[in-house]
Amino acid sequence: MVVGAEPVVQARGIVKIFGQHRALDGVDFSVRPGEVHALLGENGAGKSTLIKILTGAYQPDGGEVILDGAAVRFSDPLDAQRHGIGTVYQEVNLLPNRSVAENLFLGHQPTRFGIVQRRVIEARARELLAGYGLEIDVRAELGSYSVAVQQIVAIARAVELSGKVLVLDEPTASLDRNEVAKMFEVVARLKARGLGIIFITHFLDQVFEIADRVTILRNGKLIGTKALSEVTATDVVRMMLGKDLAFDHGGVGVAEAVQGPVRVEFKSLGRQGKVAPFSLALHEGEVVGVAGLLGSGRTEMARLMFGVDSADGGEISVGGKVVSIRNPAQAVAAGFGFCPEDRKLDGIFGELSVRENIIIALQAKLGWFRALNRDEQNEIAGSYAEALDIRAADYEMPVKLLSGGNQQKAILARWLAIDPNFLILDEPTRGIDVGAHAEIVRTINRLREEGLALLVISSELDEVVAYSNRIVVMRDRAMVAELSGADIAPSVIVAAIAENQGGRA
Amino acid sequence: MKRVHWKALLLRPQFFALAAVLLINWLLFPGFFDITLQDGRLFGSVIDVLNRGAPVAILAIGMTAVIATKGVDLSVGAVMAIAGAVAAVLVTGGASAVVAVAAALAVGVLCGLWNGVLVTYLEIQPIIATLVLMVAGRGLAQLVTEGSIVTFSDPVLIFIGTGAVLGMPMPIVIASVLAIGATLIVRKTALGLLIEAVGVNRSAARFAGISSGLLLMVVYTFAGFCAATSGLIVAGDIRGADANNAGLWLELDAILAVVIGGTSLLGGRFSIPMSVVGALIIQAMNTGILISGFSPEFNLVVKSGVIILILVLQAPMVAQSLRKRFTAERKA
Repeated sequence: MVVGAEPVVQARGIVKIFGQHRALDGVDFSVRPGEVHALLGENGAGKSTLIKILTGAYQPDGGEVILDGAAVRFSDPLDAQRHGIGTVYQEVNLLPNRSVAENLFLGHQPTRFGIVQRRVIEARARELLAGYGLEIDVRAELGSYSVAVQQIVAIARAVELSGKVLVLDEPTASLDRNEVAKMFEVVARLKARGLGIIFITHFLDQVFEIADRVTILRNGKLIGTKALSEVTATDVVRMMLGKDLAFDHGGVGVAEAVQGPVRVEFKSLGRQGKVAPFSLALHEGEVVGVAGLLGSGRTEMARLMFGVDSADGGEISVGGKVVSIRNPAQAVAAGFGFCPEDRKLDGIFGELSVRENIIIALQAKLGWFRALNRDEQNEIAGSYAEALDIRAADYEMPVKLLSGGNQQKAILARWLAIDPNFLILDEPTRGIDVGAHAEIVRTINRLREEGLALLVISSELDEVVAYSNRIVVMRDRAMVAELSGADIAPSVIVAAIAENQGGRA
Repeated sequence: MKRVHWKALLLRPQFFALAAVLLINWLLFPGFFDITLQDGRLFGSVIDVLNRGAPVAILAIGMTAVIATKGVDLSVGAVMAIAGAVAAVLVTGGASAVVAVAAALAVGVLCGLWNGVLVTYLEIQPIIATLVLMVAGRGLAQLVTEGSIVTFSDPVLIFIGTGAVLGMPMPIVIASVLAIGATLIVRKTALGLLIEAVGVNRSAARFAGISSGLLLMVVYTFAGFCAATSGLIVAGDIRGADANNAGLWLELDAILAVVIGGTSLLGGRFSIPMSVVGALIIQAMNTGILISGFSPEFNLVVKSGVIILILVLQAPMVAQSLRKRFTAERKA
């Protein structure tokens, strides 16, 4: 590693304007060869805009990009790649149904007389991946490997095609602990080879584990660039938020909170092959957390409750009255709301405006003929957007232009607008940054205090512990434990989930 | 609160295109804008454009809603033929015109329901689901007419195709009523927004509590109703039902009218009035080429050229740069 070397790529005074909104306002950023440079910021801070400018997806409205000491202007990401800047995204965008080798060399296969030389490709692919400590069958379909392996293949391809700068856009978001370690080995190798690496993530511990410097953006402005050896995690969070984190982990007072009468009750609800019959009652002013590993049946449970999948047994009662919920429309009519795990697929209407996204469930509940007029819509959307602090230049802009955290808040606002009895949140803080994260947690606490019954599914134990009155543990598609009081602690939950492993062995 | 900006509306490329086509028609045929009143009915080339454009405009009204849900209905041309055949056979068989019209419209609604069931409950892709009736429909129409062109002399049916109310030809009156009625219904109720929501993201619509199945059924049924109406007009116009040729390829003109009107085939935002404008652009071109004395073969080539031009003008990038230039000029 060459310390203090000239930056390989540098952005100077970058300005990017969308409509009235300055997404980036005079931002400087540089990456040296052999450096891992973390880029951090809240929702809408301008991280992805900056990356899109560096990789040619956007053109800056001001300032310049300097590569190897000369100003450059990339026409598109392919052009940036030719100049040496490659990108790997969270979702691997390769072809899962082609072999690993084909994926590595797609578009620039070595040929002889116009015929692709399969043997040569495979040999080179093996050689290339060996350089990343990966020994796999390169003839197998890419899709047959884990996301981590696919991501390393994507990195290998990007480095092969570019070779100076590698942008990693949340590469670890869908990886488990071991896979992250493997990914970091690869990053360390590339660092040793003198590549400049830009690393975007939401995980602070990972930043401290692998990065050399960190640049923090807030509301499109540069807050600072620091060597990580000189700062603490608290410093970084403070720079990101401009304030100290407002939610603390000491909120164990939750368990003693006053509980109202039973709001919704599920009795022996189940569906063959999805979730074993379970019973659960939720009280007014209560948050029930759901813990469990991926595939434990936690999402399936929520889908049954909301009628997304129909149950083949059991009954649901709201305020003591039995109701029939065989589809989401009936669930909404019963006053249920559901923020699904996959926001983009099941949550937002990308092309529709923020206003329409907020009022849509209320309108669906009111029916076809009781249309909310424009004034009512503006009033409702405005008040919930303000209450949840949805940051949008204009509530008429398409919701797809908002950051992930603001989209999540828009979906939450949609459900609050129907004045729900019961709200299900499936991984409400997934894929959103620290600042919005804290806001969502605060909102959950506030809603509980206002008397709502909530079911919150989350794989972040610290978080579940912080806001739950009770926690149910899912394992092997069944509800296996219900924890309350002093048992609400990460260690107890982990033990309840892990019992599984002991039982099977 | 945002109101409709009429100026912005009129600056849309569709209106420029319509104006340009009309202007060219006028240059080719100076009497293009002349309108005369004879026997209590308006005559003239402009009236002719509206009158001839009405069947496609009516199809486009139903098609707009279907396309807004990310679907398409290829069967509307065939449904026109079936509806015309049913009405013609009934009146020639001695039934009253009211019964014939009601039966034709009911058959259109049934055809729409059939498409709706295939799309909604059997979850067949709309293009394939409606292709079934597009192919089978002409066969059904031939079965109804027993293979011959059934002519009739029923005054009420003929009035639907050729009559006039207060000087305005019936097809224009029917198309206007349907266009205005449908627009009011989708915009004054929540239907418009819910249709757009289903078109943008059907899965999210389900999670938000929208009963998209029922909505899709209504939309396809409405398209079938519009097609039957169109079929009655065409049959009344030629005083007969031609199972082979009535409404032939008109589904494609209707889809084109919707696309020219700015509704995306990917679903979502839609505008019924703009689709009607699209249908008028198509008909104005057809009429222009006919009256200019060019051979009709030119028609298709010129049409495709104009359509490409309109679609390019609509492309977001082009629209943006035009707007920039426009505002820059105003400032200068």
